[in-house]
Amino acid sequence: MIEFRLPSLGADMDEGMLVAWLVSPGDTVRRGQVVAEVESDKGIIEVECWEDGVVEDLLVTPGPTRLPVGFPLARLRTLDEGTAEEDTPSGPAAAARPEALVAAAPVWPGDEQTIVRHRGPSGPPRVTPPVRHLAHQLGVDLDHVLATGDDGVVRRADIIAARSQAEAGRPRATPMARRVARERGIDLDSILPVRNDGIITSAELTAPAAGVRAAPPPKSRPVGHEVPPVVVKSPPAPQEAPATDKMAAMRAAIARSMARSKREIPHYYLATHVDLGRAMQWLEDENGGRPITRRLLPAVLLLKATALALREVPELNGHWSDDAHHPSADIHLGVAVSLRGGGLVAPAIHHADRLDLDELMEALRDLVGRARTWRIRSSEMSDPTITVTNLGDRGVETTFPVIIPPQVAIVGFGKIADQAVVVDGMIGVHPVVHASLAADHRVTDGHRGGLFLDALVQLLQEPQNL
Amino acid sequence: MTSDDAKRIILDVLSEIAPEVDPATVDHSVDLTEQLDLDSMDYLSWMLGIHEATGIDIPQRDVSLFLTIEGAAAFLTAHAA
Repeated sequence: MIEFRLPSLGADMDEGMLVAWLVSPGDTVRRGQVVAEVESDKGIIEVECWEDGVVEDLLVTPGPTRLPVGFPLARLRTLDEGTAEEDTPSGPAAAARPEALVAAAPVWPGDEQTIVRHRGPSGPPRVTPPVRHLAHQLGVDLDHVLATGDDGVVRRADIIAARSQAEAGRPRATPMARRVARERGIDLDSILPVRNDGIITSAELTAPAAGVRAAPPPKSRPVGHEVPPVVVKSPPAPQEAPATDKMAAMRAAIARSMARSKREIPHYYLATHVDLGRAMQWLEDENGGRPITRRLLPAVLLLKATALALREVPELNGHWSDDAHHPSADIHLGVAVSLRGGGLVAPAIHHADRLDLDELMEALRDLVGRARTWRIRSSEMSDPTITVTNLGDRGVETTFPVIIPPQVAIVGFGKIADQAVVVDGMIGVHPVVHASLAADHRVTDGHRGGLFLDALVQLLQEPQNL
Repeated sequence: MTSDDAKRIILDVLSEIAPEVDPATVDHSVDLTEQLDLDSMDYLSWMLGIHEATGIDIPQRDVSLFLTIEGAAAFLTAHAA
Protein backbone atom coordinates (compact mmCIF):
# COMPACT_ATOMS: atom_id res chain seq x y z
CA MET A 1 0.00 0.00 0.00
CA ILE A 2 1.38 3.39 -0.93
CA GLU A 3 0.39 6.55 0.82
CA PHE A 4 0.04 9.49 -1.54
CA ARG A 5 0.85 12.69 0.31
CA LEU A 6 0.56 16.38 -0.51
CA PRO A 7 3.90 17.06 -2.23
CA SER A 8 6.10 20.05 -1.65
CA LEU A 9 4.79 23.04 -3.57
CA GLY A 10 8.09 24.89 -3.55
CA ALA A 11 10.15 26.73 -0.98
CA ASP A 12 8.12 28.63 1.61
CA MET A 13 4.95 26.98 0.39
CA ASP A 14 3.94 24.66 3.18
CA GLU A 15 0.23 24.19 2.74
CA GLY A 16 -2.50 23.98 0.16
CA MET A 17 -6.23 23.38 -0.18
CA LEU A 18 -7.52 20.37 -2.05
CA VAL A 19 -9.71 21.73 -4.85
CA ALA A 20 -10.62 18.60 -6.76
CA TRP A 21 -9.79 14.97 -7.26
CA LEU A 22 -9.24 13.96 -10.88
CA VAL A 23 -9.31 10.24 -10.02
CA SER A 24 -11.72 7.98 -8.16
CA PRO A 25 -11.24 4.85 -6.08
CA GLY A 26 -10.55 1.92 -8.38
CA ASP A 27 -8.83 4.06 -11.01
CA THR A 28 -5.42 2.99 -12.21
CA VAL A 29 -2.92 5.83 -12.04
CA ARG A 30 0.43 6.09 -13.76
CA ARG A 31 3.60 7.72 -12.61
CA GLY A 32 3.48 11.41 -13.53
CA GLN A 33 -0.30 11.51 -13.92
CA VAL A 34 -2.07 14.60 -12.59
CA VAL A 35 -4.44 13.23 -9.96
CA ALA A 36 -5.58 16.26 -7.97
CA GLU A 37 -5.73 20.02 -7.97
CA VAL A 38 -4.53 22.02 -5.02
CA GLU A 39 -4.89 25.74 -4.53
CA SER A 40 -1.83 27.45 -3.12
CA ASP A 41 -0.49 30.97 -2.83
CA LYS A 42 0.75 30.58 -6.39
CA GLY A 43 -2.51 29.58 -7.94
CA ILE A 44 -4.00 26.20 -8.69
CA ILE A 45 -1.31 23.57 -8.82
CA GLU A 46 -1.87 20.29 -10.58
CA VAL A 47 -0.56 17.57 -8.29
CA GLU A 48 1.06 14.59 -9.89
CA CYS A 49 1.36 11.11 -8.47
CA TRP A 50 4.80 9.54 -8.71
CA GLU A 51 3.81 5.90 -8.37
CA ASP A 52 1.94 3.45 -10.55
CA GLY A 53 -1.01 1.95 -8.72
CA VAL A 54 -4.71 1.66 -8.18
CA VAL A 55 -6.52 4.23 -6.07
CA GLU A 56 -7.71 2.46 -2.94
CA ASP A 57 -9.10 5.34 -0.90
CA LEU A 58 -9.28 9.09 -1.16
CA LEU A 59 -8.52 10.23 2.36
CA VAL A 60 -9.44 13.88 2.00
CA THR A 61 -12.43 15.53 0.40
CA PRO A 62 -12.05 18.80 -1.47
CA GLY A 63 -12.70 21.73 0.79
CA PRO A 64 -11.35 24.92 2.27
CA THR A 65 -9.13 23.27 4.87
CA ARG A 66 -5.50 24.21 4.50
CA LEU A 67 -3.52 20.98 4.45
CA PRO A 68 0.18 20.86 5.33
CA VAL A 69 2.73 19.51 2.88
CA GLY A 70 3.12 15.80 3.58
CA PHE A 71 -0.51 15.34 4.56
CA PRO A 72 -1.80 11.96 3.31
CA LEU A 73 -4.29 12.50 0.51
CA ALA A 74 -4.94 9.01 -0.77
CA ARG A 75 -3.90 5.41 -0.52
CA LEU A 76 -2.79 3.49 -3.56
CA ARG A 77 -2.46 -0.22 -4.08
CA THR A 78 0.59 -1.14 -6.11
CA LEU A 79 -0.24 -2.94 -9.31
CA ASP A 80 1.10 -6.26 -8.03
CA GLU A 81 -0.63 -6.03 -4.66
CA GLY A 82 -3.92 -7.49 -5.81
CA THR A 83 -7.04 -6.58 -3.91
CA ALA A 84 -7.45 -4.40 -0.88
CA GLU A 85 -5.67 -5.51 2.21
CA GLU A 86 -6.94 -5.50 5.73
CA ASP A 87 -4.87 -2.99 7.53
CA THR A 88 -7.22 -0.99 9.67
CA PRO A 89 -5.11 0.32 12.49
CA SER A 90 -6.49 -0.12 15.93
CA GLY A 91 -5.32 -0.85 19.42
CA PRO A 92 -4.44 1.37 22.32
CA ALA A 93 -1.80 3.43 20.54
CA ALA A 94 -4.11 4.46 17.74
CA ALA A 95 -7.04 5.08 20.02
CA ALA A 96 -4.98 7.25 22.27
CA ARG A 97 -4.00 9.48 19.38
CA PRO A 98 -7.07 9.89 17.23
CA GLU A 99 -5.27 12.45 15.05
CA ALA A 100 -2.90 9.75 13.90
CA LEU A 101 -5.79 7.86 12.41
CA VAL A 102 -6.29 10.51 9.80
CA ALA A 103 -3.02 9.59 8.24
CA ALA A 104 -3.42 5.87 8.44
CA ALA A 105 -7.05 4.90 8.04
CA PRO A 106 -9.63 5.37 5.35
CA VAL A 107 -11.86 8.19 6.45
CA TRP A 108 -14.24 8.74 3.60
CA PRO A 109 -17.68 7.93 4.96
CA GLY A 110 -18.94 6.95 1.56
CA ASP A 111 -22.10 8.18 0.00
CA GLU A 112 -24.08 8.58 3.15
CA GLN A 113 -27.20 10.50 2.32
CA THR A 114 -28.29 10.87 5.90
CA ILE A 115 -26.16 12.49 8.48
CA VAL A 116 -26.09 10.02 11.29
CA ARG A 117 -25.44 10.98 14.81
CA HIS A 118 -22.99 8.47 16.06
CA ARG A 119 -21.62 8.49 19.54
CA GLY A 120 -19.30 6.48 21.62
CA PRO A 121 -20.42 4.76 24.78
CA SER A 122 -20.03 7.81 26.95
CA GLY A 123 -22.49 10.11 25.17
CA PRO A 124 -21.10 13.42 23.88
CA PRO A 125 -18.99 13.46 20.72
CA ARG A 126 -15.40 12.51 21.40
CA VAL A 127 -13.24 15.13 19.79
CA THR A 128 -9.64 16.21 20.15
CA PRO A 129 -9.03 19.95 20.48
CA PRO A 130 -7.53 20.35 16.96
CA VAL A 131 -10.54 18.64 15.40
CA ARG A 132 -12.90 20.75 17.53
CA HIS A 133 -11.08 23.83 16.30
CA LEU A 134 -11.45 22.71 12.68
CA ALA A 135 -15.18 22.13 13.18
CA HIS A 136 -15.49 25.61 14.59
CA GLN A 137 -13.54 27.09 11.66
CA LEU A 138 -15.74 25.35 9.12
CA GLY A 139 -18.96 26.04 10.97
CA VAL A 140 -19.72 22.35 11.41
CA ASP A 141 -21.96 21.35 14.33
CA LEU A 142 -20.22 18.49 16.12
CA ASP A 143 -23.54 17.02 17.17
CA HIS A 144 -24.30 16.31 13.53
CA VAL A 145 -21.09 14.67 12.48
CA LEU A 146 -20.76 11.03 11.63
CA ALA A 147 -17.84 9.80 13.71
CA THR A 148 -15.92 7.08 11.94
CA GLY A 149 -13.05 6.67 14.40
CA ASP A 150 -12.71 3.82 16.83
CA ASP A 151 -15.00 4.17 19.83
CA GLY A 152 -16.90 7.00 18.24
CA VAL A 153 -13.96 9.38 17.97
CA VAL A 154 -14.65 12.22 15.54
CA ARG A 155 -11.82 12.58 13.09
CA ARG A 156 -10.68 15.51 11.07
CA ALA A 157 -11.96 13.94 7.87
CA ASP A 158 -15.40 13.47 9.42
CA ILE A 159 -15.59 17.23 9.85
CA ILE A 160 -14.54 17.81 6.27
CA ALA A 161 -17.04 15.23 5.04
CA ALA A 162 -19.83 16.87 7.03
CA ARG A 163 -18.90 20.20 5.57
CA SER A 164 -18.92 18.75 2.05
CA GLN A 165 -22.35 17.28 2.64
CA ALA A 166 -23.63 20.59 3.89
CA GLU A 167 -22.39 22.09 0.68
CA ALA A 168 -24.00 19.46 -1.53
CA GLY A 169 -26.63 21.06 -3.68
CA ARG A 170 -24.72 24.33 -3.82
CA PRO A 171 -22.74 25.06 -6.97
CA ARG A 172 -19.39 23.30 -6.81
CA ALA A 173 -16.64 25.89 -6.83
CA THR A 174 -13.09 26.29 -5.63
CA PRO A 175 -12.63 28.18 -2.38
CA MET A 176 -11.01 31.00 -4.29
CA ALA A 177 -13.88 31.18 -6.73
CA ARG A 178 -16.29 31.47 -3.78
CA ARG A 179 -14.28 34.34 -2.36
CA VAL A 180 -14.14 36.15 -5.69
CA ALA A 181 -17.84 35.64 -6.19
CA ARG A 182 -18.61 36.94 -2.70
CA GLU A 183 -16.41 40.01 -3.19
CA ARG A 184 -18.03 40.92 -6.45
CA GLY A 185 -21.56 39.96 -5.61
CA ILE A 186 -21.63 37.34 -8.37
CA ASP A 187 -24.16 34.57 -7.89
CA LEU A 188 -22.32 31.29 -8.50
CA ASP A 189 -25.63 29.81 -9.62
CA SER A 190 -25.35 32.07 -12.64
CA ILE A 191 -21.97 30.72 -13.73
CA LEU A 192 -21.67 27.66 -15.89
CA PRO A 193 -18.36 25.93 -15.23
CA VAL A 194 -16.13 25.34 -18.22
CA ARG A 195 -14.37 22.37 -16.69
CA ASN A 196 -15.58 18.85 -17.34
CA ASP A 197 -15.92 18.06 -13.66
CA GLY A 198 -18.34 20.93 -13.18
CA ILE A 199 -16.27 22.79 -10.61
CA ILE A 200 -16.28 26.55 -11.02
CA THR A 201 -12.83 28.08 -10.68
CA SER A 202 -11.86 31.67 -10.08
CA ALA A 203 -10.58 31.80 -13.65
CA GLU A 204 -14.14 31.84 -14.90
CA LEU A 205 -14.86 34.83 -12.71
CA THR A 206 -11.73 36.84 -13.40
CA ALA A 207 -10.04 36.14 -16.70
CA PRO A 208 -10.70 34.14 -19.83
CA ALA A 209 -9.65 30.53 -19.45
CA ALA A 210 -6.68 29.31 -21.43
CA GLY A 211 -7.58 28.20 -24.88
CA VAL A 212 -11.04 29.67 -24.73
CA ARG A 213 -11.63 32.48 -27.15
CA ALA A 214 -11.95 35.70 -25.27
CA ALA A 215 -14.58 38.18 -26.22
CA PRO A 216 -13.66 41.84 -26.39
CA PRO A 217 -15.25 44.05 -23.76
CA PRO A 218 -18.98 44.52 -24.24
CA LYS A 219 -18.78 48.00 -25.68
CA SER A 220 -17.06 46.76 -28.84
CA ARG A 221 -18.74 43.37 -29.08
CA PRO A 222 -21.51 43.05 -31.64
CA VAL A 223 -24.43 41.21 -30.11
CA GLY A 224 -24.34 37.51 -30.79
CA HIS A 225 -21.10 37.79 -32.64
CA GLU A 226 -18.88 35.53 -30.60
CA VAL A 227 -19.17 33.05 -27.77
CA PRO A 228 -17.96 34.78 -24.62
CA PRO A 229 -15.53 32.85 -22.41
CA VAL A 230 -17.81 32.90 -19.40
CA VAL A 231 -21.18 31.41 -20.15
CA VAL A 232 -23.53 33.17 -17.79
CA LYS A 233 -27.23 33.12 -17.29
CA SER A 234 -27.12 36.72 -16.14
CA PRO A 235 -24.51 39.42 -16.75
CA PRO A 236 -21.50 39.11 -14.44
CA ALA A 237 -19.68 41.96 -12.81
CA PRO A 238 -17.36 43.78 -15.18
CA GLN A 239 -14.06 42.05 -15.78
CA GLU A 240 -11.37 43.29 -13.42
CA ALA A 241 -7.82 42.50 -12.44
CA PRO A 242 -7.36 39.15 -10.68
CA ALA A 243 -8.80 38.98 -7.19
CA THR A 244 -6.86 41.07 -4.77
CA ASP A 245 -6.52 38.27 -2.27
CA LYS A 246 -5.00 36.03 -4.93
CA MET A 247 -2.44 38.68 -5.74
CA ALA A 248 -1.88 39.40 -2.06
CA ALA A 249 -1.20 35.73 -1.39
CA MET A 250 1.32 35.57 -4.20
CA ARG A 251 2.93 38.80 -3.04
CA ALA A 252 3.27 37.30 0.43
CA ALA A 253 4.83 34.13 -0.99
CA ILE A 254 7.35 36.18 -2.97
CA ALA A 255 8.06 38.30 0.10
CA ARG A 256 8.80 35.24 2.24
CA SER A 257 11.03 33.69 -0.36
CA MET A 258 12.98 36.81 -1.28
CA ALA A 259 13.36 38.01 2.31
CA ARG A 260 14.74 34.61 3.23
CA SER A 261 17.11 34.77 0.28
CA LYS A 262 18.47 38.18 1.20
CA ARG A 263 18.66 37.22 4.87
CA GLU A 264 20.39 33.87 4.44
CA ILE A 265 22.21 33.71 1.13
CA PRO A 266 25.52 35.54 0.70
CA HIS A 267 25.13 36.43 -2.96
CA TYR A 268 27.95 37.28 -5.30
CA TYR A 269 27.28 38.73 -8.73
CA LEU A 270 29.09 38.39 -12.06
CA ALA A 271 28.16 39.62 -15.51
CA THR A 272 29.50 39.53 -19.01
CA HIS A 273 28.61 40.53 -22.57
CA VAL A 274 27.72 37.74 -24.93
CA ASP A 275 28.14 38.34 -28.65
CA LEU A 276 25.04 36.81 -30.22
CA GLY A 277 26.02 37.61 -33.83
CA ARG A 278 26.23 33.99 -34.87
CA ALA A 279 23.37 32.82 -32.69
CA MET A 280 20.91 35.40 -34.01
CA GLN A 281 21.98 34.84 -37.61
CA TRP A 282 21.56 31.09 -37.18
CA LEU A 283 18.14 31.65 -35.60
CA GLU A 284 17.07 33.97 -38.41
CA ASP A 285 18.07 31.37 -41.02
CA GLU A 286 16.44 28.56 -39.07
CA ASN A 287 13.18 30.45 -38.54
CA GLY A 288 13.16 31.55 -42.18
CA GLY A 289 12.42 27.99 -43.23
CA ARG A 290 9.89 27.28 -40.50
CA PRO A 291 6.15 27.96 -40.41
CA ILE A 292 4.94 30.26 -37.64
CA THR A 293 3.88 27.24 -35.59
CA ARG A 294 7.46 25.98 -35.27
CA ARG A 295 9.28 29.24 -34.77
CA LEU A 296 11.98 29.49 -32.11
CA LEU A 297 12.52 32.42 -29.78
CA PRO A 298 16.02 33.62 -28.84
CA ALA A 299 15.16 32.75 -25.23
CA VAL A 300 15.29 29.08 -26.16
CA LEU A 301 18.95 29.38 -27.21
CA LEU A 302 19.74 31.16 -23.95
CA LEU A 303 17.96 28.50 -21.88
CA LYS A 304 19.63 25.61 -23.66
CA ALA A 305 23.08 27.18 -23.40
CA THR A 306 22.50 27.77 -19.69
CA ALA A 307 21.50 24.15 -19.16
CA LEU A 308 24.56 22.86 -21.03
CA ALA A 309 26.94 25.26 -19.26
CA LEU A 310 25.69 23.88 -15.94
CA ARG A 311 27.09 20.49 -16.92
CA GLU A 312 30.52 22.11 -16.85
CA VAL A 313 30.04 23.84 -13.49
CA PRO A 314 27.54 21.50 -11.85
CA GLU A 315 27.87 22.93 -8.35
CA LEU A 316 25.70 25.88 -9.39
CA ASN A 317 22.88 23.43 -9.95
CA GLY A 318 21.21 22.13 -6.80
CA HIS A 319 19.92 23.10 -3.40
CA TRP A 320 21.19 24.31 -0.05
CA SER A 321 19.51 22.68 2.91
CA ASP A 322 20.47 21.56 6.41
CA ASP A 323 23.64 23.65 6.22
CA ALA A 324 24.92 21.69 3.28
CA HIS A 325 24.96 21.85 -0.48
CA HIS A 326 23.14 19.13 -2.37
CA PRO A 327 24.14 19.28 -6.01
CA SER A 328 21.57 17.88 -8.42
CA ALA A 329 22.43 15.42 -11.15
CA ASP A 330 19.33 16.56 -13.04
CA ILE A 331 19.07 20.01 -14.55
CA HIS A 332 15.58 21.39 -13.98
CA LEU A 333 15.62 24.98 -15.20
CA GLY A 334 13.26 27.25 -13.33
CA VAL A 335 11.95 29.90 -15.70
CA ALA A 336 10.84 33.17 -14.14
CA VAL A 337 7.48 34.06 -15.67
CA SER A 338 5.97 37.42 -14.86
CA LEU A 339 2.21 37.48 -14.64
CA ARG A 340 -0.07 40.11 -16.07
CA GLY A 341 -1.14 42.40 -13.28
CA GLY A 342 2.00 41.65 -11.26
CA GLY A 343 3.52 38.69 -9.55
CA LEU A 344 5.98 36.07 -10.62
CA VAL A 345 6.35 32.33 -10.66
CA ALA A 346 9.39 30.30 -11.63
CA PRO A 347 8.30 26.75 -12.45
CA ALA A 348 10.75 24.22 -13.85
CA ILE A 349 11.40 22.83 -17.29
CA HIS A 350 12.62 19.36 -16.40
CA HIS A 351 15.86 18.01 -17.86
CA ALA A 352 16.30 21.11 -19.98
CA ASP A 353 19.80 20.00 -20.97
CA ARG A 354 18.39 16.89 -22.65
CA LEU A 355 15.71 18.63 -24.72
CA ASP A 356 16.42 19.70 -28.26
CA LEU A 357 15.51 23.24 -29.23
CA ASP A 358 12.08 22.32 -30.57
CA GLU A 359 11.21 20.40 -27.42
CA LEU A 360 12.50 23.21 -25.27
CA MET A 361 10.47 25.78 -27.21
CA GLU A 362 7.34 23.69 -26.80
CA ALA A 363 8.04 23.23 -23.09
CA LEU A 364 8.58 26.96 -22.66
CA ARG A 365 5.41 27.90 -24.49
CA ASP A 366 3.40 25.38 -22.50
CA LEU A 367 4.89 26.49 -19.21
CA VAL A 368 4.42 30.22 -19.79
CA GLY A 369 0.85 29.65 -20.94
CA ARG A 370 -0.05 27.62 -17.88
CA ALA A 371 1.80 29.90 -15.47
CA ARG A 372 -0.13 32.88 -16.78
CA THR A 373 -3.43 31.08 -16.29
CA TRP A 374 -2.34 30.01 -12.79
CA ARG A 375 -2.10 26.33 -13.62
CA ILE A 376 1.23 24.77 -12.86
CA ARG A 377 2.14 21.31 -11.68
CA SER A 378 3.45 20.40 -8.28
CA SER A 379 6.71 18.96 -9.62
CA GLU A 380 7.36 22.12 -11.61
CA MET A 381 6.98 24.22 -8.47
CA SER A 382 8.93 22.00 -6.13
CA ASP A 383 12.07 21.05 -7.94
CA PRO A 384 13.79 23.72 -10.04
CA THR A 385 17.53 23.28 -9.50
CA ILE A 386 18.42 26.77 -10.77
CA THR A 387 16.40 29.65 -12.22
CA VAL A 388 16.77 31.77 -15.33
CA THR A 389 15.25 35.22 -15.53
CA ASN A 390 14.98 36.95 -18.85
CA LEU A 391 13.90 40.55 -18.46
CA GLY A 392 15.24 41.55 -21.83
CA ASP A 393 11.87 42.03 -23.43
CA ARG A 394 11.19 44.84 -21.00
CA GLY A 395 14.17 46.79 -22.20
CA VAL A 396 16.54 46.09 -19.33
CA GLU A 397 20.19 45.73 -20.23
CA THR A 398 21.55 43.97 -17.15
CA THR A 399 19.82 42.05 -14.39
CA PHE A 400 20.99 41.57 -10.80
CA PRO A 401 18.77 38.66 -9.88
CA VAL A 402 17.98 37.31 -6.40
CA ILE A 403 18.45 33.60 -5.79
CA ILE A 404 15.26 31.66 -5.06
CA PRO A 405 15.92 29.51 -1.98
CA PRO A 406 16.83 26.71 -1.61
CA GLN A 407 18.53 27.05 -5.00
CA VAL A 408 22.12 28.24 -5.08
CA ALA A 409 22.26 30.30 -8.27
CA ILE A 410 20.20 32.29 -10.72
CA VAL A 411 21.09 33.40 -14.24
CA GLY A 412 19.78 36.61 -15.75
CA PHE A 413 19.62 37.83 -19.32
CA GLY A 414 18.96 41.40 -20.40
CA LYS A 415 17.79 42.83 -23.69
CA ILE A 416 19.36 41.59 -26.91
CA ALA A 417 20.52 44.77 -28.62
CA ASP A 418 22.94 45.79 -31.35
CA GLN A 419 26.25 47.02 -29.97
CA ALA A 420 29.68 47.80 -31.30
CA VAL A 421 31.98 44.86 -30.70
CA VAL A 422 35.57 44.21 -31.63
CA VAL A 423 36.18 40.98 -33.50
CA ASP A 424 39.67 40.18 -34.82
CA GLY A 425 40.72 43.80 -34.43
CA MET A 426 37.74 45.09 -36.38
CA ILE A 427 34.79 46.98 -34.99
CA GLY A 428 31.47 45.51 -36.02
CA VAL A 429 27.85 45.86 -34.97
CA HIS A 430 26.49 42.66 -33.45
CA PRO A 431 23.50 41.72 -31.35
CA VAL A 432 24.73 41.44 -27.77
CA VAL A 433 23.14 40.25 -24.54
CA HIS A 434 24.29 40.85 -20.97
CA ALA A 435 24.36 37.58 -19.04
CA SER A 436 24.59 37.77 -15.27
CA LEU A 437 24.96 35.24 -12.53
CA ALA A 438 24.02 35.58 -8.88
CA ALA A 439 25.35 32.66 -6.89
CA ASP A 440 25.53 31.48 -3.29
CA HIS A 441 28.98 32.13 -1.82
CA ARG A 442 28.51 29.28 0.64
CA VAL A 443 28.65 26.93 -2.32
CA THR A 444 30.83 28.48 -5.01
CA ASP A 445 33.32 31.28 -5.47
CA GLY A 446 33.61 33.86 -8.20
CA HIS A 447 36.15 31.79 -10.06
CA ARG A 448 33.72 28.92 -10.64
CA GLY A 449 30.96 31.38 -11.44
CA GLY A 450 33.22 32.97 -14.01
CA LEU A 451 33.90 29.60 -15.61
CA PHE A 452 30.16 29.07 -15.91
CA LEU A 453 29.66 32.39 -17.72
CA ASP A 454 32.62 31.62 -19.96
CA ALA A 455 31.11 28.26 -20.88
CA LEU A 456 27.83 30.02 -21.61
CA VAL A 457 29.57 32.50 -23.93
CA GLN A 458 31.33 29.69 -25.79
CA LEU A 459 28.17 27.61 -26.21
CA LEU A 460 26.32 30.56 -27.70
CA GLN A 461 29.06 30.92 -30.34
CA GLU A 462 28.04 27.55 -31.80
CA PRO A 463 24.25 27.73 -31.95
CA GLN A 464 24.03 24.81 -34.36
CA ASN A 465 25.32 22.53 -31.58
CA LEU A 466 22.76 23.59 -29.00
CA MET B 1 -11.18 39.53 -46.22
CA THR B 2 -11.70 43.24 -45.69
CA SER B 3 -9.36 45.34 -43.62
CA ASP B 4 -12.08 45.60 -40.96
CA ASP B 5 -12.43 41.81 -40.82
CA ALA B 6 -8.69 41.48 -40.44
CA LYS B 7 -8.54 44.09 -37.69
CA ARG B 8 -11.38 42.43 -35.83
CA ILE B 9 -9.52 39.08 -35.81
CA ILE B 10 -6.25 40.77 -34.88
CA LEU B 11 -7.82 42.59 -31.93
CA ASP B 12 -9.83 39.57 -30.81
CA VAL B 13 -6.66 37.52 -30.57
CA LEU B 14 -4.89 40.40 -28.86
CA SER B 15 -7.54 40.45 -26.13
CA GLU B 16 -6.88 36.77 -25.52
CA ILE B 17 -3.17 37.38 -25.08
CA ALA B 18 -3.54 40.60 -23.10
CA PRO B 19 -7.01 40.58 -21.49
CA GLU B 20 -6.33 43.86 -19.69
CA VAL B 21 -6.03 45.79 -22.94
CA ASP B 22 -9.04 47.73 -24.21
CA PRO B 23 -8.87 47.26 -28.00
CA ALA B 24 -10.57 50.62 -28.48
CA THR B 25 -7.52 52.36 -27.04
CA VAL B 26 -4.92 50.65 -29.23
CA ASP B 27 -3.33 52.95 -31.81
CA HIS B 28 -3.32 51.01 -35.08
CA SER B 29 -0.29 52.74 -36.48
CA VAL B 30 2.05 52.61 -33.49
CA ASP B 31 4.42 49.74 -32.60
CA LEU B 32 2.45 47.38 -30.35
CA THR B 33 5.41 46.54 -28.14
CA GLU B 34 5.74 50.25 -27.37
CA GLN B 35 2.06 50.62 -26.48
CA LEU B 36 1.41 47.39 -24.66
CA ASP B 37 3.15 45.19 -22.13
CA LEU B 38 3.93 42.38 -24.56
CA ASP B 39 7.00 40.18 -24.31
CA SER B 40 8.38 38.04 -27.11
CA MET B 41 6.32 35.03 -26.04
CA ASP B 42 3.13 37.12 -26.02
CA TYR B 43 4.02 38.46 -29.42
CA LEU B 44 4.58 35.00 -30.85
CA SER B 45 1.37 33.75 -29.23
CA TRP B 46 -0.50 36.61 -30.84
CA MET B 47 0.80 35.77 -34.31
CA LEU B 48 0.08 32.08 -33.70
CA GLY B 49 -3.47 32.96 -32.70
CA ILE B 50 -3.93 34.98 -35.88
CA HIS B 51 -2.57 32.06 -37.87
CA GLU B 52 -5.00 29.68 -36.17
CA ALA B 53 -7.93 32.02 -36.77
CA THR B 54 -7.16 32.63 -40.44
CA GLY B 55 -5.08 29.66 -41.59
CA ILE B 56 -2.56 32.11 -43.04
CA ASP B 57 1.10 31.38 -42.33
CA ILE B 58 3.25 34.33 -41.33
CA PRO B 59 6.73 33.87 -42.81
CA GLN B 60 9.66 35.11 -40.76
CA ARG B 61 10.45 37.79 -43.35
CA ASP B 62 6.99 39.33 -42.84
CA VAL B 63 7.04 39.33 -39.05
CA SER B 64 8.11 42.98 -39.01
CA LEU B 65 4.76 43.91 -40.58
CA PHE B 66 3.12 42.69 -37.40
CA LEU B 67 4.63 45.47 -35.33
CA THR B 68 1.44 47.46 -35.91
CA ILE B 69 -2.24 46.59 -36.28
CA GLU B 70 -2.31 48.30 -39.67
CA GLY B 71 0.71 46.37 -40.93
CA ALA B 72 -0.78 43.10 -39.77
CA ALA B 73 -4.17 43.89 -41.32
CA ALA B 74 -2.51 44.77 -44.63
CA PHE B 75 -0.63 41.47 -44.60
CA LEU B 76 -3.77 39.46 -43.88
CA THR B 77 -5.92 41.14 -46.53
CA ALA B 78 -3.13 40.62 -49.09
CA HIS B 79 -2.74 36.92 -48.24
CA ALA B 80 -6.34 35.88 -47.56
CA ALA B 81 -7.61 33.27 -49.98
